[in-house]
Amino acid sequence: MQTPIRVLVAKPGLDGHDRGAKVIARALRDAGMEVIYTGLRQTPEMIVNAALQEDVQVIGLSILSGAHNAIVPRVLELLREHDMSDVKVILGGIVPDEDAEALKKQGVAAVFQPGASLDAIVQFIRTAVTV
Amino acid sequence: MKTAERQFTTISGVPIEPLYGPEALSGVDLAAPGDFPYTRGIHRDMYRGKLWTMRQFSGFATPEETNRRYHYLLAQGQTGLSVAFDLPTLMGYDADHAMAQGEVGKCGAAISSLEDMEILFRGIPLGDVTVSMTINSPAAVLWAMYLAVAEQQGVDWARLSGTLQNDILKEYIAQKEYIFPPRPSMRLVTDTIEFGAQHVPRFNPISISGYHIREAGSTAVQELAFTLRDGLEYADWAIERGMAIDEFAPRLSFFFNAHSDFFEEIAKYRAARKIWATVMRDRYGAKSERSLKLRFHAQTAGCSLTWQQPYNNVVRTALQAMAAVLGGAQSLHTNSLDEAYALPSEHAVTIALRTQQVLAYESGVTATPDPLGGSYFLEKLTLETEAAANRYIRQIDEMGGMIAAIEAGFPQTEIADASYRYQREVESGERTVVGVNRFQSDDQPIELLQIDEGSARHQEQKLAALRARRDHNRVMKTLDALKRAAEGTENTMPYLVDAVRAYATLGEICDSLRVVFGTYQETTRL
Repeated sequence: MQTPIRVLVAKPGLDGHDRGAKVIARALRDAGMEVIYTGLRQTPEMIVNAALQEDVQVIGLSILSGAHNAIVPRVLELLREHDMSDVKVILGGIVPDEDAEALKKQGVAAVFQPGASLDAIVQFIRTAVTV
Repeated sequence: MKTAERQFTTISGVPIEPLYGPEALSGVDLAAPGDFPYTRGIHRDMYRGKLWTMRQFSGFATPEETNRRYHYLLAQGQTGLSVAFDLPTLMGYDADHAMAQGEVGKCGAAISSLEDMEILFRGIPLGDVTVSMTINSPAAVLWAMYLAVAEQQGVDWARLSGTLQNDILKEYIAQKEYIFPPRPSMRLVTDTIEFGAQHVPRFNPISISGYHIREAGSTAVQELAFTLRDGLEYADWAIERGMAIDEFAPRLSFFFNAHSDFFEEIAKYRAARKIWATVMRDRYGAKSERSLKLRFHAQTAGCSLTWQQPYNNVVRTALQAMAAVLGGAQSLHTNSLDEAYALPSEHAVTIALRTQQVLAYESGVTATPDPLGGSYFLEKLTLETEAAANRYIRQIDEMGGMIAAIEAGFPQTEIADASYRYQREVESGERTVVGVNRFQSDDQPIELLQIDEGSARHQEQKLAALRARRDHNRVMKTLDALKRAAEGTENTMPYLVDAVRAYATLGEICDSLRVVFGTYQETTRL
């Protein structure tokens, strides 16, 4: 049997709206992945440390507060500093198109906006990690 | 799909029979509106006497910009104000705190000190307008600032009218904006209830909220049951403090979601009034009619709004608002069409307000109270909703109350299960979301409100100037006095008012309380 894909689902910033993060975490687990959920109010440092310790291939960030432009680039920067650029960062939440494009240019693998299907997210991770 | 195979349920999964007839009315209490148990409404004349308050929840960027929006909304015919605070404020951090980075002014107005509160209400006479404030963990502090502004305006506290959300239990359950552990938080809430009864008698010190529980993915019954059970917890604490039920119960107010399933929502509001009236009378021995009457604010369901085809959201909101009105709401917020993207633009919020005005002045639904009363389906659904909510309430009673249930993760898990079930139904196509999983088409671009980092810099500069200007010794003295009060059993409100008058900042005050009370981290459950 193949080793399951390991995913860290993280809630950075002050936003406590964790409905999406929890639904995604369950869906990924139901799809056979190993999911570690950080809980709320994680700093970029805490998230990257957890990703390092848990040896994950994917970090899923859920941000609904509009703070993504301050938080996500910092996560990417820390991953580079730790030589972990092979870890795929995906972002879900209320992220306007132009911000999504800019964040992808900086290294985010995918941005899932409201209404994205769970299946699309699962498929994306499977493709991104096996390549 | 053939009709015979298809399951009809409400959006919360409650089965619906093929037909309802006169037998559905057995056991239904059809007491008139204004009569116990108020299922049909708390007033005999309802909207014939007074329309609901049109109260748009609003706040963004700096207090200066939000103040301009308030003047605009009042000029457009809005009848009350409702303050949205940003996340740093909700979490008790000043705008210049490291944790506030990227968050200042994004989800609401940034308020770090009395100076910001003065700006927020500049030119708005607090004696004449009712103000609701969506603030929870640091509610006592923001209320102290509000009282201090009223004092500066020369308005007697006894004339102030409005609502403090101040419902910390639903934060642990659903929205997760908590600072302190449950018990010290409940003590602060009880302090505000007691202080309000003594000094600010026309102000609702709490708005017991199901809205956020529903937004987190609960069913209608869970929203109702957890909210009412939270209400009982606050009542128990106030009684423990030594207050009589009729001293404070008339000022307990409620806040429910207005979700998409039209009849289920109306049934929920009707069941809410009946359960509350019954429990206040029978469990607490309330005598005052005002203690028995459940008054509520409603907000249409943010979580039902779609990013795809955003103009459809105007229609969703109109239907949800109609359900709230037919359910007898006392005040209402209608969401703007762009809220799946951002805080509302002025254009979008105007349409949302106009939606309420069309309902109020054109639809005719205001002409008679509870016009759907006696409907076979609605009455049956009201009874079923009531019974299902009472089962949850008993279950939580048996667990030892809401704090014990929260510590056991009970409501949190029930909600997460319901939200996952719903998402799976949408995913499989069992539930249709127009424009998302059926009837897709290209989206029309809409103009959005942008909040840049300029707000954060503006707030940081004001704070630096304030810290340099104020009387440092007086700040330290009031904070020390507050800490001593928090360590003891005295009501903290007078100390909070003193501290904000000295221009101690929100962050400094909350840090003082953090030292005494500690902070809360939830056990993460999936």
